Amino acid sequence: MNQILPFNPGFTLGERAEHLEKQADGRWCVTTSRGTKHLAPVVFIAGGLGSFEPRKPPIDNIEYFEDKGVEYFVRYPEFFKDRRVVIAGGGDSALDWTIYLAEVARELTLVHRRTEFRGAPDSVEKVQELAKSGKIKLITNAQVTGLHGNGKLDGVVIQHDTEGEFTVETDYFVPLFGLTPKLGPIAEWGLELDKNAIAVNTLDYSTNIQGIYAIGDVNTYPGKLKLILCGFHEATLACQSAFKVARPDQKLSFKYTTVTGIEGLPL
Amino acid sequence: MKEDIKITVFDRDNERHDLDAPTDMGMNVMELCKAYELPVEGTCGGMALCASCHVYVLSNHILPEPTDDELAMLDQAFFVQDNSRLGCQLKIREEMDGLEVKLAPVSQ
Ligand SMILES: Cc1cc2nc3c(=O)[nH]c(=O)nc-3n(C[C@H](O)[C@H](O)[C@H](O)COP(=O)(O)OP(=O)(O)OC[C@H]3O[C@@H](n4cnc5c(N)ncnc54)[C@H](O)[C@@H]3O)c2cc1C
Ligand code: FES
Repeated sequence: MNQILPFNPGFTLGERAEHLEKQADGRWCVTTSRGTKHLAPVVFIAGGLGSFEPRKPPIDNIEYFEDKGVEYFVRYPEFFKDRRVVIAGGGDSALDWTIYLAEVARELTLVHRRTEFRGAPDSVEKVQELAKSGKIKLITNAQVTGLHGNGKLDGVVIQHDTEGEFTVETDYFVPLFGLTPKLGPIAEWGLELDKNAIAVNTLDYSTNIQGIYAIGDVNTYPGKLKLILCGFHEATLACQSAFKVARPDQKLSFKYTTVTGIEGLPL
Repeated sequence: MKEDIKITVFDRDNERHDLDAPTDMGMNVMELCKAYELPVEGTCGGMALCASCHVYVLSNHILPEPTDDELAMLDQAFFVQDNSRLGCQLKIREEMDGLEVKLAPVSQ
């Protein structure tokens, strides 16, 4: 932060860049998940591998049931009050939410692929106790393989290693399999993509859209290496090109900060 | 320099790739696949944190037991079977000569 301080940039933290729109005056407008708008003549995308999103189990119609009974996060526990809930997963978040929601939900089922759990021993023990006392239903050696319902989830299909397939009626299905990075909204910006990365011209790391640059892990080109050093190099060259787009009437001069310092700061 | 061993990888279209694998470079099966440009992401760099290197072991080789970290990651992965392993946790050694693995499907 100290390094960037002299340049006095603005920061928008904890928000995700969602939309990119060209303005009538030629500038770009980036809008975030909270509605913050940024206007600029050029945009650099340095999104790495993207933002972390929940890992979705490979169930055919899972997307159809999103917001209709499938929830990848427990945002508001009271949401599940007096409802039937099926949680799937075997890690800490599956165990923690099972313990928490056992008190909230009317009926709670935890489905896990194996008999052993990898979570904190404390939580594992608590879940086993809840199952023994009948407060929750614990189904191990099993996976949720199907969802059904008419406009709203009403049951999950469970495939058990030895008992075969059966259905558990439920209002909610909460799969908790961790997070995985996804390019997310950036993939919808009309940029040329190659295997989930943004294709760029190595002359200046510009994309197929004028004024939009992509640097670091988010871009790709022949010979690309995902390294910090390469990201800095790409940023440096992209800045030279961006300067010309942003300030077409000004001359770009090359300086060493070790020789001339930074304008306004003592050397 | 040690002799290379052979490792066979079946890709997701079931195409067979017989790969020469060096045993003296500290390589693992994920890195081997990447070196031969097979479709393995290795997103986490081999830290057992992404499961993008998930493979099924087809041959009867006796491999080192998975660590807790590997098992924990496999718990969060999909299409997991009894013969599932994370390629990045399989360090290439001489005993693996003739090993056959198949790339697991990629999940969303
Ligand atoms: C295990 C591992 C070890 C590594 N070791 C080395 C090493 O030794 N040396 C080396 O040089 N490199 C190493 N790397 C690679 C290095 O980490 C990356 O090349 C570098 O971090 C890429 O920087 P970046 O700024 O492009 O992306 P990132 O560091 O991934 O940053 C991208 C940021 O953008 C955010 N973001 C994404 N989408 C949006 C959006 N829509 N709105 C807002 N924000 C968004 C993300 O949340 C993230 O904070 C390693 C990588 C891994 C995985
Ligand atoms: S490369 Fe990420 S788990 Fe193997």
